Amino acid sequence: MTTHTLSVLVENKPGVLARVSGLFSRRGFNIDSLAVGETENPEVSRITIVVNADASPLEQVTKQLNKLVNVLKIVELEQNASVQRELMLIKVRADRPIRSQVLETVQLFRARVVDVAPDALTIEATGTAEKLDALIRDLEPYGIKEMVQSGMVAIGRGSRSITTGPALRAAS
Amino acid sequence: MSGASALVRSLEELGVDVVFGIPGGAILPAYDPLFDSKKVRHILVRHEQGAGHAATGYAQATGRVGVCMATSGPGATNLVTPIADAYMDSVPMVAITGQVAKSAIGTDAFQEADIQGITLPITKHNFLVQTGEDLPRILAEAFHLASTGRPGPVLVDIPKDVLQAQTTFNWPPTMELPGYHPTLHPHGKQIREAARLIATAKRPVLYVGGGVLKAGASASLLKLAELTGVPVVTTLMARGAFPDSHPQHLGMPGMHGTVSAVYALQRADLIVALGARFDDRVTGKLDSFAPHATIVHADIDPAEIGKNRTADVPIVGDARYVIDELITAVGTEYAAGHKADLTDWWTQVGDLRDRYPLGWEEPSDGTLAPQQVIQRLGEMVGPEAIYVAGVGQHQMWAAQFIKYENPATWLNSGGLGTMGYAVPAAMGAKTGAPEKVVWAIDGDGCFQMTNQELATCALEGIPIKVAVINNGNLGMVRQWQTLFYDERYSNTDLGTHKHRIPDFVKLAEALGCVGLRCETVSDLDNTIAAAMAVTDQPVVIDFVVGKDAMVWPMVAAGTSNDEIMFARGVRPRFDEDDI
Repeated sequence: MTTHTLSVLVENKPGVLARVSGLFSRRGFNIDSLAVGETENPEVSRITIVVNADASPLEQVTKQLNKLVNVLKIVELEQNASVQRELMLIKVRADRPIRSQVLETVQLFRARVVDVAPDALTIEATGTAEKLDALIRDLEPYGIKEMVQSGMVAIGRGSRSITTGPALRAAS
Repeated sequence: MSGASALVRSLEELGVDVVFGIPGGAILPAYDPLFDSKKVRHILVRHEQGAGHAATGYAQATGRVGVCMATSGPGATNLVTPIADAYMDSVPMVAITGQVAKSAIGTDAFQEADIQGITLPITKHNFLVQTGEDLPRILAEAFHLASTGRPGPVLVDIPKDVLQAQTTFNWPPTMELPGYHPTLHPHGKQIREAARLIATAKRPVLYVGGGVLKAGASASLLKLAELTGVPVVTTLMARGAFPDSHPQHLGMPGMHGTVSAVYALQRADLIVALGARFDDRVTGKLDSFAPHATIVHADIDPAEIGKNRTADVPIVGDARYVIDELITAVGTEYAAGHKADLTDWWTQVGDLRDRYPLGWEEPSDGTLAPQQVIQRLGEMVGPEAIYVAGVGQHQMWAAQFIKYENPATWLNSGGLGTMGYAVPAAMGAKTGAPEKVVWAIDGDGCFQMTNQELATCALEGIPIKVAVINNGNLGMVRQWQTLFYDERYSNTDLGTHKHRIPDFVKLAEALGCVGLRCETVSDLDNTIAAAMAVTDQPVVIDFVVGKDAMVWPMVAAGTSNDEIMFARGVRPRFDEDDI
């Protein structure tokens, strides 16, 4: 099984996310990550789905997604031909004696401090899943009090946009 | 006008001539303008499930969209089974449901059910209407979605306040379906590749599914079959797509298919699947299905291709265009001198057809054989009538022993296997095709699920005929208990023999129908003739038949098609050396 990133353009209408996510569970596919938001066209939303699947089930899920009336287009984003990012907010224990060490880690990862309390810092970080995992590993010794992560969003490299490029189509 | 009037006007504009339904609180505003409609006839059914199956029967008999209507909550949830049924069998249906007022949605209001959420996995698409202005457009979209591409059920849920509010009505509306583009025309390259394979295969089979009927491609199929001389098998959903009398027809494949049809698929070097979906009831154990076959798979739904069996040549398109283009392309291959000799293949499958014809053993206890009842009914009534079956043994026998010559003459619940389908679906079929004789062939189990629609038939002047194949048991379940559960008959005796509860003749009469009974072979012809003579009233015949008859041949669930049993303990002899 390999990880695949699907960008799914859908009509920006109520209930579309339920149709898409319901289809995955109904057909027995597991979603690793899902993120949804509006695009440059307010009538179109973009759902980025990361799934772990073999080629043949992935083709089946793509075909099933294409059958949904509200789905406009599906593109698979290859890892090396796209920029993939997740966002994380992480609240870490940082009282006086260790605060400078925490801040050093934050800088090393090019993360940012977005909230400061006497004994804690809240850090915002973006990056690939691997980078965020590394950050978590480095902050863990100080004591992570709370953490929240977004699903992955991704965009193809180069000047071509998803709306003009070729869609992921089934055979024939 | 009101939203309700806009709804009724839209239905009129869409050419709807009949709606099956039951009113109730949330849908009530719609029933007021419906009362005045000169174009739309409303048939008041006895249970919403009946409305749904009637819409399906109407659609399958006519090819037009069937329409059913129910109120919110329990009215809508009672439609769930027929909607799921229509989804599995790709039937064009539009279900219209009332919903509680928008302000009450999500509050667990009286008779509230999230029918849009409930039907997400069993509809092609569904809508919750937000304003009256959207109604004409959404209804036009619903009918378009239901009837084009791979057909299927579409549900339109309308809150009561949307029906009551004033709105403007404009027709025709502009549809907004930017993500919906069914592929109708196949890819030329794939067609040429398929044609090359058809022309050169030594053991080809045309595996015909319900998509051929949906596409109205029966005439084209006949041409393709006769041009190529290839054996044809028709699935449960495709009975009638190719004449049973045709010498190239091997019959139905699958769990209860003919030995020759099952064998032909198993030993084929080329399977050309046309509007079929490699259902488990056809393939048996999937990894041992047709091990030597190259697969050409043509379907209008790309998701069917490669779902169960990998396709070597995938073709996405409407079966009619696919078959027409195949005819041309195969002709080109023949003109270039490519044409395999099928004599040896026909010798093999023809030999099996001769040695293992469909048949039955006469019951040793002197009871009436259900197979004989059904075969005789088919002979006397003829191939112009429409036959509608329930689900179980009687359904399989009706698929096997009635000879279908025409499309849209065999209606049944294939995919979902819905007991109780027959009576309401026959009602819908007769409503859509009043000039046709419509026979429901039902079991005593199925009949007790939905027979109340006979009251609707009697009152609305829908003279269907029902043959209840009454073996006193849930016959197919009993057959499995005989074969796989040591003859332990747990909860399959319905008492319709032992206690004659209910008495189907009296029940029929109570429902305003003519009730007849037949218990012996000597009465068979007279009873069928007596039923055929009644044309102004529904008729029910209680055929009291033996309980031990079984459906053969049979491929036990989960086993390979190679393990097909011709009768209990009898394996057909395949000459492996021929391959």
